[in-house]
Amino acid sequence: MTDSLLHVHGLVKEFHLKPARGAGWKKRIVQAVSGVSFDVARGETLGLVGESGSGKTTVGRCVLRLLEPTAGQVSFDGVDLATLSFDELREVRRRMQIVFQDPYASLDPKMTVGASIAEPLVVQGIGGDHQEKVVSLLELVGLSADHARRFPHEFSGGQRQRIGVARALALDPALIVLDEPVSALDVSIQAGVVNLFDDLQQRLGMSYIFIAHDLSVVRHIADRVAVMYLGKIMEIGPAEQVYEHPTHPYTKALLSAVPLPNPRVERGRSRIMLEGDVPSPVNPPSGCRFRTRCWKATELCSMQEPELQMRADGQSSACHHPEG
Amino acid sequence: MTTPVLQIRDLKVTFTTPLGPLVAVRGIDLDVHPGEMTAVVGESGSGKSVTFLAAMGLLPRTATVEGSVMLDGHQLVGASPKLLRSIRGRLLSMIFQDPLSALNPVHRIGAQISEMLRAHSSMSERAARIRAVELLEIVGIPQPGDRALQYPHEFSGGMRQRVVIAMAIANSPKVLIADEPTTALDVTVQAQILEVIQRVQAQFGTAVVLITHDLGVVARVCERVNVMYAGRVVERADIGTIFDEPTHPYTRGLLASLPQAGVDRLVPIAGFPPNMLNPPTGCAFRTRCEHAMDECSQRLPELEQLGSSMTACIRAKELVGR
Repeated sequence: MTDSLLHVHGLVKEFHLKPARGAGWKKRIVQAVSGVSFDVARGETLGLVGESGSGKTTVGRCVLRLLEPTAGQVSFDGVDLATLSFDELREVRRRMQIVFQDPYASLDPKMTVGASIAEPLVVQGIGGDHQEKVVSLLELVGLSADHARRFPHEFSGGQRQRIGVARALALDPALIVLDEPVSALDVSIQAGVVNLFDDLQQRLGMSYIFIAHDLSVVRHIADRVAVMYLGKIMEIGPAEQVYEHPTHPYTKALLSAVPLPNPRVERGRSRIMLEGDVPSPVNPPSGCRFRTRCWKATELCSMQEPELQMRADGQSSACHHPEG
Repeated sequence: MTTPVLQIRDLKVTFTTPLGPLVAVRGIDLDVHPGEMTAVVGESGSGKSVTFLAAMGLLPRTATVEGSVMLDGHQLVGASPKLLRSIRGRLLSMIFQDPLSALNPVHRIGAQISEMLRAHSSMSERAARIRAVELLEIVGIPQPGDRALQYPHEFSGGMRQRVVIAMAIANSPKVLIADEPTTALDVTVQAQILEVIQRVQAQFGTAVVLITHDLGVVARVCERVNVMYAGRVVERADIGTIFDEPTHPYTRGLLASLPQAGVDRLVPIAGFPPNMLNPPTGCAFRTRCEHAMDECSQRLPELEQLGSSMTACIRAKELVGR
């Protein structure tokens, strides 16, 4: 990676669960993220995709240190975040922001939109005319100055998401984690918000980690994509490359499961039907975590966990029997 | 064309709210033919679910339903609770997005399916239990005999949806209404459930109404498509026509807003859906439509034949040529 902004290495996050009933006091641990490594370059969008329980949201939260990682390293602009004091971390956090899925839940219903957008400036103790800054942020996300005096309930879903984006932009971040930012929106509205992300990146040059389960949206917006399954990266590489020539069986199956809005293409293509559901992350399969649903699995897959290996330019996958 | 098994005529649904009457469904005609897979697509608030909840007689008392819903010779609008009870689950079934809310947490799966069977026939308890296991097998649940003795919480989301499908088809209904049945599921599980619905449709000859916002799902499994906007059907056509030659500006806008391979920039539809307490006069889409003229605000456009589509737009004919 030439100009890396974010470097994540061997990230692990464990959560403790309540002991199961009848299992005594034995501690139960779920490893939501098990050794994830990736880089994000300046001005780049990394798409993080996966089904529920894949750990994609946990990765996003660990990057921002909204969750304390159990192990592993997260470096932002060359600084290892684990070594920072609370005050130093706050400084760095200025430059990393997050936009959540539910724009209504992430805005205070009793605060005007202007006050919500200005809040990061207040928290960070930045002086000057907030009013002017708020107006320029509102205009940046396609809203207007008089929206600042209104309350969240007066806005539609798409507009609220724009307000969330304006607030994230208030501190001129270098990295924004977008956690399912358009999944709650109708498609006709979603398109406008996706375009907004594109435009903002072109104008301001920040990096995105775009977390989503909708593979079509990720293909549209991401430069590179990482496919996660049960806390691990199965495949990572340039988006077009991964979508056109997946090398991991899971990526291939996932892509073939996505219904495409074109009846001729959709009915003409062959589909890999995976059996069963994603296993519980509390008790993941030994060896390769995907093997219980994989049609190529052999004994080797249950004994030895595959490492990420380079398959093509910039594209790696973790599989003993990669697709050709 | 065969006689429709479900025939909706001029259906109107009005909710009484503290802010005044809200007309969620504003005059819908819709036919469902035997054995057919029909899609009803639209964005949130377009009235797609309310239409079929009204047909099932499942709306709260704040709703007033007018018009006609004929199912196999029975008028469902204004029908007695007794008649509705005998029809629901026997001739007409419905499954929802969240299968857990459709299952009783304190009863075994097998018992819940046999209850469904025995409610509508004189089947013996024993025969119903055996049939319940068969149904679980039909919807692709492994070890159905053992699984029938388990409780809903012991099933995963995808498996629960299969159980609910098994219940819904237990009495071989004429029509199955599937309201966003895969929206809460992961995409690999969604593929399995769609396959189960298709299989059931073929095996039982059930007509399926698939209510969804996902045009990809529609492209995969449906034959006919009804596009809804603001409580009206604005376009109706077969699957190929809808995707290849959409005629209504809303349908065209919807398709253009989808991210697809090779598309550099998405084209959103301007504005946002209307407030149904106070919808625009005339065509409800005109406030977001780039082709709107003064005339669009004058009257509510009706569905009219245009090529192989039915479309509700006064300018559709001239726009299609472009």
